[in-house]
Amino acid sequence: MSLEIYLDNSATTRVHPRVAEVMMRCFTEQYGNPSSLHTMGAGAERSLEEAREVVARYLGVSPSEVYFTSGGTEGNNMVLRGGCAARRSWGRHLITTAVEHPSVLRTCQALEEEGWEVTYLPVDRQGRIDPEDLGRALREDTALVSVMMVNNEVGSLQPVEAIGEILKGRTGRRPLFHVDAVQAVGKLPLRPSDWGVDALTASGHKFHGPKGVGFLYLRQGVEVSPLMTGGEQERGLRPGTENVPGAVGLARALELSLEEFDARAVAALRDLLVSSVLEGAPDAVWNGYPEGAPHIANISFPGVSGEMMVHHLAEAGVYVSTGSACSSRKPTSHVLEAMGLEEELLQGALRFSLSAETTEADVRRAAAVVVEVYRELKELFGRG
Amino acid sequence: MLLVRYGEIGLKGQNRHYFEAALVRNIKRTLKPLGRCRVERSHGRIFVHLPEGVRAADGARLLGRVFGVVSVSPVLRVPLELEAVKEAGLELLREAARGGAVTFKVSARRSNKSFPLTSMELNRELGAHILRKVQGLSVDVHEPEVELTVEVRSDYVYLSAAAFPGPGGLPVGTSGKGLLLLSGGIDSPVAGWMTMKRGVDVAAIHFDSYPLTSERARQKVVDLARVLAGYRGGVYPLFISYFTSIQKALQRSCPEELRITLMRRMMFRIAEGLAERRGALVLVTGESVGQVASQTLESIRVINEVVNLPVLRPLAGMDKEEITRKAQEIGTYDISIRPYEDCCTLFVPRRPATRPHRDKVLAAEAELPIEELVEEALEKTELMIVRAEI
Repeated sequence: MSLEIYLDNSATTRVHPRVAEVMMRCFTEQYGNPSSLHTMGAGAERSLEEAREVVARYLGVSPSEVYFTSGGTEGNNMVLRGGCAARRSWGRHLITTAVEHPSVLRTCQALEEEGWEVTYLPVDRQGRIDPEDLGRALREDTALVSVMMVNNEVGSLQPVEAIGEILKGRTGRRPLFHVDAVQAVGKLPLRPSDWGVDALTASGHKFHGPKGVGFLYLRQGVEVSPLMTGGEQERGLRPGTENVPGAVGLARALELSLEEFDARAVAALRDLLVSSVLEGAPDAVWNGYPEGAPHIANISFPGVSGEMMVHHLAEAGVYVSTGSACSSRKPTSHVLEAMGLEEELLQGALRFSLSAETTEADVRRAAAVVVEVYRELKELFGRG
Repeated sequence: MLLVRYGEIGLKGQNRHYFEAALVRNIKRTLKPLGRCRVERSHGRIFVHLPEGVRAADGARLLGRVFGVVSVSPVLRVPLELEAVKEAGLELLREAARGGAVTFKVSARRSNKSFPLTSMELNRELGAHILRKVQGLSVDVHEPEVELTVEVRSDYVYLSAAAFPGPGGLPVGTSGKGLLLLSGGIDSPVAGWMTMKRGVDVAAIHFDSYPLTSERARQKVVDLARVLAGYRGGVYPLFISYFTSIQKALQRSCPEELRITLMRRMMFRIAEGLAERRGALVLVTGESVGQVASQTLESIRVINEVVNLPVLRPLAGMDKEEITRKAQEIGTYDISIRPYEDCCTLFVPRRPATRPHRDKVLAAEAELPIEELVEEALEKTELMIVRAEI
C-alpha cells in the first residue's frame, strides 16, 4: 500500500467534493444561460450573482466590483494590458517586482516591447521588496504598480498595505495599484479597499475550486480597457457566456476555505515540516521566514538536483515541486535567483505547499521520506 | 484506387516474389485503420482498392511511409474506350484546377497496341478535350504543374494526375530482425529508421532510469516509437529496460571519467541479451564518429567489445546537420528536442575520458556484479506495443 501525500497545493488543489457537487447541479440541472430571458436563464443569473456576493463579502467590497475571469493569468493580463491601455495618454511607466508570476512578468516584457518602461524592484534574501524602493521608483508617468501578495515559490509576503499608503499619499495622477493575490485568497484576510488596492486577481483552483475560473476585484471608477470585444457580460469588461458552474464552484470553495483553512494550524504544520527536515538534513536551507505565508515552505538541498528529488519523492508517494528545474535548457528559478541564492541552493530547491487537507501524519511521513531520499541522492551525487 | 510503384525489390531476381509478398503484407497492415482494402499485384506494380468513402490522399499519405514503396498515385481505372478515358482525364484535371493548378500536360503510354489511338494521338485528343471543358487551364509541355499520365494496358486504361513519393528501400521484415538502442535524443530514432529502410524489422530497447530521470523522458521515447510505428505497419515493439539500479551502482562505485563508457557497456550487454531472446541478428545504435566523448573510435572499440552481435551504426558518417534534417523529415525531431533528456547533468562527468583505457575499464568493472545486474535488468524489461497515430 502506498500513501499519497500531496504537498503541491500551490500548483493546484484537489476540488473539494462539496464543490464538485454544487457544480454538478449547474452542469446538468440549472444549465441555463444567464442572458436568457426565461426562467432557466434567470435561475442561472441568480446563482452567478450569489457567487459574486460570496466573493464580495470575503473581500469587503461591493458585488458590482467583482468580475469573474478564467483564472489568474487572464486576470493579470486584463489589469496590466487593460490598465495600461486606459492610461496611454499620460502613462509610460510601470513598477513591479523581480519575483512576480510569469503571467505578470511576461506581460510586462510584452508591454516593454510596446514602448512602456518597467521597473523591476529587487527583493531581499527572504523575497520581500522594500517599500522605500518603490517610493523612489515612482514617476509622474507611472501608470501602474503590480505587486503580488504571496509569492508562489517561497511564500514571502509583500508589504501591500505599506505600498498602498505610499500611493495614497501621492498628489497628482495616481497609478493603478494591482495585487496578484492568487496564493493568498482563502488563506489570508484581504481588505483591498482599506489598503488602497485598485485591482486584485485570484484563481479558483488554488483553494479547492475548479480550474478555469478566477475573479478580479476592480474598485469602482478605476478604468481598465477590456481586452476582448463581445457581449455585455461582466459589464462588458469580460464578454463571453459566463462560466456559471465555475463561478458557483469557486464561491463554494471560498466559503469552505474560510471554514476549513486555519492559517495558524497550517503554519504550525509548515513549521513542523521545516524543523523535521532540517533536523534530519542539517545542511538543508529553508528559503523562508516564520511570518511568511502559512502554506508554502521552500527548502534547498545542496548537492542534489531538485528534479531528481521530485521523482524519487513521487515514487514514494510524496508530491512536491521544484523551485527550479535542473535541465540546463530551463533556467533556474527567477525568484530564488532574485533572492540571491547560491548556485547549489538554486539547483536543489523544493517547494512544499500545504492545504487545509494536510495532516500532521502527512507532514511527519513526508519529512521522513524527504530526509531519506536526500541522504541517498547525496551519497550518490554529492560532490565535494 | 491507388497505384503503388516499387523499385529495388523488382530487381531481386529469384527472391522477387518473397519481397513482393512482404510489401503487400506491409501495405495491408499499414492501411488497416482505414478499413478493408483489397490489394492486387499486377505486372510489377500494386493496386490498392480503398474502402468506400476513404479519400485517396489519406491512403497515399499512409503508404508514403511504407518501405519499398517508390511512389503512390491515386488512379482512375477505366475500360479501353476513348470516351471513358476522356471523361476520367477531365475529372482528374477539374480537381487539379480546383486545387489551383493552371498548367498541365498529358503523357500517354500505350503498351496495348490494339488500342485505336497512338500515344501521340491520345495526348492530343485528351489535351484538346480538357482545354475545351476546363476554364483557365493551359498546356505546358516542359514544366507542367500537373502531369496527367495515361497508361493503356491490356485490360484497362489507368489515369493519374499526382504522385506522392514513398521512402524507397526494402520492405520491413525481409532482412531479418534487429534491436535498436533507443534514447530520447535526435540520433537513435534516425538510426532505427535507416535500418528499417533496409528491410530490417527493428524493435527498440530503452534504458529507463526513473526516478533518476523524469517520467516524461520515458513518455518521449514512447512518442518516438509511435512515429517509428508509422513506418512499420502501425505497431512498434518497445522494450523498456529497468536501468536505475545499474545507474546507481555506476554512480556509487566507478571512476567519474569512465562512467559513460561503463554505462554504455552495460547497455550493450543487456541489449545483446534481449536480442538473443528475440532472435535479432544485429544491434543498431545512433552513434556517429567523433560527435561526443563516447563516440571516439577508442570508446567505440571498448564499448563494442562486450558483445558478439554485429552493431550497425548507420549514422557513422553523418554530421549533426544531416541527422537533424533526416529527423525532421521522419517526424521525430520535434519529439527529440523536448527538454527531458536524461535529466540531470549530474550523470555526465565533468571530464569524460575520450580515450578510455581498457585496463582501467576492466578494473572498474571488477567491482561490479555485472552478470547479476544484467540479469536483473533483463528480468525487469517490459514490452510495450506502441501504436502509430493515424
